[in-house]
Amino acid sequence: MHTFDFSRPRDLAAAIAGASQAKTAQQGADVRFIAGGTTLIDLMKLNVETPARVLDVNRLPLDKIEVTPDGGLKIGATVRNSDLAHHPVVERDYAVLSQAILSGASAQLRNMATTAGNLVQRTRCMYFRDTAMPCNKREPGTGCPAITGANRMLAILGTSEHCIATNPSDMCVAMAALEATIHIQGPKGSRAIPIGDFHLLPGNTPDRETVLEPGDLITHVMLPRPVAGSKQVYLKLRDRASYEFALASAAIVLTIANGKVKFVRVAMGGVGTRPWRSPEAEAALMGQPADVVSFRKAAAAALRNAKPQSENKFKIELAKRCVTHALKMAATS
Amino acid sequence: MSDDDLQSRPPSPTRREFLLTTGSGVAASVVAGYLPALANDGARESDSTPANSRPTIEGAVPITLRINGKDHQLRIDPRTTLLDCIRETVVLTGTKKGCDHGQCGACTVHVDGRRVVSCLSLALLHDGHEITTIEGLGTPESLHPMQAAFVAQDGYQCGYCTSGQIMSAVALLKEPCGPDDASVKELMSGNICRCGAYANIVAAIQQVRHNA
Repeated sequence: MHTFDFSRPRDLAAAIAGASQAKTAQQGADVRFIAGGTTLIDLMKLNVETPARVLDVNRLPLDKIEVTPDGGLKIGATVRNSDLAHHPVVERDYAVLSQAILSGASAQLRNMATTAGNLVQRTRCMYFRDTAMPCNKREPGTGCPAITGANRMLAILGTSEHCIATNPSDMCVAMAALEATIHIQGPKGSRAIPIGDFHLLPGNTPDRETVLEPGDLITHVMLPRPVAGSKQVYLKLRDRASYEFALASAAIVLTIANGKVKFVRVAMGGVGTRPWRSPEAEAALMGQPADVVSFRKAAAAALRNAKPQSENKFKIELAKRCVTHALKMAATS
Repeated sequence: MSDDDLQSRPPSPTRREFLLTTGSGVAASVVAGYLPALANDGARESDSTPANSRPTIEGAVPITLRINGKDHQLRIDPRTTLLDCIRETVVLTGTKKGCDHGQCGACTVHVDGRRVVSCLSLALLHDGHEITTIEGLGTPESLHPMQAAFVAQDGYQCGYCTSGQIMSAVALLKEPCGPDDASVKELMSGNICRCGAYANIVAAIQQVRHNA
């Protein structure tokens, strides 16, 4: 691990000022915030992350979960994943988020990992994690050996000729289905970014994964008021029954009236280069009978633009069945 | 563990003490060269290493870590993980280093009563926290009920993962967990046992839960 200067900013302004000295907030950042450390320390040990300064944000007042006056939920940046998953309001009104978080990592890691840390969680692509290998995300312009290499776990949606790395998060998939908004404070003030705009497609710049700029500090995530009467499901398919990243997952928020789909949100994990909301599946479902025929059509629509690699063609069918089954589970719950 | 505790041990050297005091052999010299560099005030030092031969650690920063109810005033390299600090600086070696990447659970300790993997955390993040390691759970004469249950149920073979398994299991007792074995297995999935003692580990945990 490269050495670094460690400090604990006394307030938000000091944290933002400290981080705004960085040249980038993306891959290669010379200043990093640390919260749980479960991604950052791991990657620093691998020399994938080599910050010269590490700013401890754990003691900033960002660790609360609060119901807002308009009935939404404000989730602080440093709320631990386990606390979020077991919060009574989340369990009751945002069950898909609770299920998604509890399907990820281990109990120990969930006790450490935070809301904001999970939002910027890095890919598990083995080429990204191995500094002996080329990787356009880690070192732009060096190439993507995954495209011709071991790509069974990697993405089939949102890829480019430069990068096919999967976004590994479960939490973000549920937040995409719940239409979360990411609240950021930076050197130029505050802004709120819909989660669908927060993560970037790799395109020509896979080293840029989010809209974050130097000095930007995620302060909290807002969930809108829960959809009345909605059924929510997170279904995760993987190589092991526990403690494994998704091959395909689906987050569903569904409301049915008179046997027809009245409201639906569909997002997928394990298949996209970012948490993958599917407006195609949602459009295919709206107003349709809430039955398996509709669900299969929606799943097909969700995967219509999928582009498999040499080892992960199976993910297309797996993801379709995952979405179909998750919709069935939601409809019958 | 205090110096008194160490002195009350049986006279036979541990593997660690053997390595530290052996002058020959590649492994011994590597370990002996490594440990004193990380040793600090309050930590046990190798008898074979004069204090004035310890190199100062460039960029070391002070920290007070509270481990098993005892404050340790240390000076550490900022890179020091909580795991390395516990093992190498404070020399509480019951906590084990397995993968060092948060994948195996061997390094599980409690921070303010919650289980974490100490390999993926910096020691500097934890001043003011109450850290508990396996040494803080029970003693050979008075085992924690979970330690006793692991013995009773034969919840180990080689023992390397055991302290992490037990720390995880003790924390699990206070977490939301269904009554069945499947719920226990799910919440223990972050602790890998390469010997495959899983069935007996689950039995040990269920024994404690049933007796609670």
